[in-house]
Amino acid sequence: MTTKLMGQGVKRVEDQRFLRGQGRYVDDVAIGSDTLHAAVLRSPHAHARILDIDVADVLDVEGVHAVYTYDDLTGPMAEPLPLLIPHPALTHGRTQYALAKDEVNYVGEAIAFVVAEDRYVAEDAVSRIRVDYEFLTPVVGVDAARAATALVHEDVPGNVGARLEQSVGDAVTAIANAPHRLELDLTIERSACMPMEGRGTVARWDPDINRLQVWTSTQSSTGVRAAVAVKMGLDLGQVDVITPDVGGGFGVKINHPWPEELLVPLAARALGRTVKFTEDRREHFISSAHERGQVQHIEVGFDDDGRLHGLDVEFWHDHGAFTPYGLIVPIITSTQLLGPYKPQNYRVVFESLYTNTVMVTPYRGAGRPQGCFAMERTMDAIAAYLGKDRADVRALNFIQPDEFPYDQGLIFQDGRELEYDSGDYPASLEKLKELVGWDEFPAFKAEMAAQGRQVGIGLACYVEGTGVGPYEGAHVHVETSGKVKVATGLTTQGQGHATVFAQLVADELGVKFEDVEVVTGDTRRMPYAVGTFASRAAVMSGSAIHLAAKRTREKVLKIAAEALEADENDLEIVDGVVSVKGSPGNSIDLGTVSVLSNPLRYAFDEKSRAATQFSIGDPGKPPVAEDEEPGLEGKDFYSPERATFASGMHAVIVETDPLTAEITILKYAVVHDCGHLINPMIVEGQIHGGVAQGVGGALYERMAYDESGQLLNASFMDFLMPYVTEIPDGIDIDHLETPSPLNPLGIKGAGEAGVIPSAAVFAAAIEDAEGLTITAMPISPSELYTLRQEHS
Amino acid sequence: MSEELHDVRLTVNGTTHEVRVPARRLLSDALRHDLGLTGTHVGCEHGVCGACTILVDGAPMRSCLMFAVSAAYHELTTVEGLANDDGSLGPVQQAFMDCHGLQCGFCTPGFLTTITAGLRQNPHPTHDEARDMIAGNLCRCTGYQNIVKAVERAAELAGTAAGESPPEPPRPGSAQLPSEDRDEDTASTGLGA
Repeated sequence: MTTKLMGQGVKRVEDQRFLRGQGRYVDDVAIGSDTLHAAVLRSPHAHARILDIDVADVLDVEGVHAVYTYDDLTGPMAEPLPLLIPHPALTHGRTQYALAKDEVNYVGEAIAFVVAEDRYVAEDAVSRIRVDYEFLTPVVGVDAARAATALVHEDVPGNVGARLEQSVGDAVTAIANAPHRLELDLTIERSACMPMEGRGTVARWDPDINRLQVWTSTQSSTGVRAAVAVKMGLDLGQVDVITPDVGGGFGVKINHPWPEELLVPLAARALGRTVKFTEDRREHFISSAHERGQVQHIEVGFDDDGRLHGLDVEFWHDHGAFTPYGLIVPIITSTQLLGPYKPQNYRVVFESLYTNTVMVTPYRGAGRPQGCFAMERTMDAIAAYLGKDRADVRALNFIQPDEFPYDQGLIFQDGRELEYDSGDYPASLEKLKELVGWDEFPAFKAEMAAQGRQVGIGLACYVEGTGVGPYEGAHVHVETSGKVKVATGLTTQGQGHATVFAQLVADELGVKFEDVEVVTGDTRRMPYAVGTFASRAAVMSGSAIHLAAKRTREKVLKIAAEALEADENDLEIVDGVVSVKGSPGNSIDLGTVSVLSNPLRYAFDEKSRAATQFSIGDPGKPPVAEDEEPGLEGKDFYSPERATFASGMHAVIVETDPLTAEITILKYAVVHDCGHLINPMIVEGQIHGGVAQGVGGALYERMAYDESGQLLNASFMDFLMPYVTEIPDGIDIDHLETPSPLNPLGIKGAGEAGVIPSAAVFAAAIEDAEGLTITAMPISPSELYTLRQEHS
Repeated sequence: MSEELHDVRLTVNGTTHEVRVPARRLLSDALRHDLGLTGTHVGCEHGVCGACTILVDGAPMRSCLMFAVSAAYHELTTVEGLANDDGSLGPVQQAFMDCHGLQCGFCTPGFLTTITAGLRQNPHPTHDEARDMIAGNLCRCTGYQNIVKAVERAAELAGTAAGESPPEPPRPGSAQLPSEDRDEDTASTGLGA
């Protein structure tokens, strides 16, 4: 019997090409002199009216093929970009135009698009475009947005895009009647996904078949395809979108269509040439998307033990200049804030506010880090107030293992009930305490103090809704060679889908792992798909692939049973060979089964000869039975009722320098529960990466906007993304595997988990080390130093 | 307005190419767009991320900070030139595969070239030296944990190839409390080889 691959740390098949420099990222496509290159003129002002755009000088530049401004756009292309996720509470949703019309609302907004022989020439041309502006007052930051002395969009009163309130029970009364009450005011800064590869798009129009081919670095091929077709007035069937290798996404590439994803195809069709746009790093900072920025006010009521009686949260979410991705981020904050706890009574209200800054769309964690920060700071505040152990206060408020499924009584980001499917939070906490040495820490702290050193410990818990719908699909095809070709429509940005999905197919179909090839994100191979976000790929496509492989297996057994003159129940498939159990000589390989599945008129090789009309079949019956299709294929879709809820807890021990306020990480521990693991090596890699992004977000990264809306640190020299020197040397990880009852594999998503509790856990540890209350993250040594001065 | 072009002879991975480029063409762009060697990636174009690192006469250089015209008469090595002569993965490449040292793969070529040069200079790095060796390259996916393991694994593999003692599996990462004895097993991730 073949070893089951589910649960094994199988090495990745995609590594071979990546390690040899043979990956194909979007900028690697269409190399050669036939390709034209685009550059974009971006607004240098955060808020201004465009009075005039003069492109006369551009056409003097040798090698320039075209220049587009808003006036060159017609039909749907001249309309605002789509508001992808409408919501009734988003009463004042606004999206930008592919090229700015009349007004610019952030530094970086696209104004003109130049296509030239190469990128250098295109940038030369961009620098020759002259724009006359009338300056308007920029609105920067939550405070300015709330003050609303200036408006981002003149038809949006108070700069409020949306106001949404949800409640369970009566939080206000419960807090008023509780034995103890606390209030907290918290702030969390902006950061961004910052994948190593920015955005990029290549398009080629084929006039011979009236068809457009688009390669783009996206997290949703099918989304881009639909958007391009609508905007260009093409039938969906005329547009193919291929997502090649993607150099990281982390959320920013789920928003679509970006202006360039429309302008590149537009130019390619108009010019009859392949056109490419590759975003540079500065452009990524100022014209993609950011996340995180929120201001929060929390009121909580609790009893002498620290049990929550009521929680009332109000927060203000800075969504930047536009809202193409709707309210997903603040909705997630407002719901996932509850984590593993039962608040008894909960009310949350948020305002999603416009500012003249880069728009905000999901970044790994997608609103959860902010929610976790709010809840976990509250737990720490309660423990401090009562003088109780922080872990004990949390444990007291946990949902217990016998309470699942647990309905939090709220509506989640997918419009479904926030109902947790499974989990074991007390067990996770015990594992974490053990892993980090929670109970031994006071002794360690005293020992360090005796040496004049300051150390602190913190912990933070979270629950993450993963694998949201609506669906994903998969197609499995066994070729006559016996090789298995698998396609699923969502995309891959480094998660190792080609490996983990092949593991699932090898297990279900009984074929060798190396005979399975997986393609993702190619609309020619699977046109029905949603995308890769919300830690959903393994849950959604993994389940769909499992189901499709199961269908294929059923067909294999049916055909093989006939060929071997045996009962289907007596057959087994091992390493691509179907045989009668206990009679290994009586067997047929999958390639031959594939040949038999497709009755042929024409023989083109030795194998297909066996399937021609004079070779197979009962002459008294149709060659393809009424309820059958030719070919050894299986297709299926997975569409769950609701998300599945993964969970985890992190703890960190930090040391703070008494003199310089430098913050050093001594130990980082993670307990994670994402149900059954498909590939533990890959899951742990995801956790490592998430933790590193969390360290960046908690201690280093911020978007430094000045009051005029200029992003002052729009480069890797000034935006402090962590090198290895900033990341702990070793991350201790332990797993709990509480299966999900919602999908056939019992899995939950894992992609975002590592980053969710970072701001909360570092704030807690620094607070513990310093004896100062931490209310704003990230925190730098100089900010910590200032805090010390204020408290001394 | 027409740009003056320069004939440049670029020797990359032992093969000589003639290209005609403007003086301002970055070496990274010449490699990628003129020679089609797209394994070298461009992550920031200001010399910070290290994704575009190649070897110039064996020394790691950021190809986004060099002009193609200034690379003439030098021996250039890119990620495409790191495999063994028989086509199998070179020791650094193999170590990355063994240790899951990459996810999206975009920064990887710059790490591979940097470590290749680093191990030539210091074939037996200590753990801290292994971390230092990669401290100038950015990765957004891996949190560096498995890249550090890959440096140590590559040193073992390269040592074996050079006839030293056989390799052991990569050691699991572990965060040490300064004053506590820890059971090595608690840090084991079950990962790697």
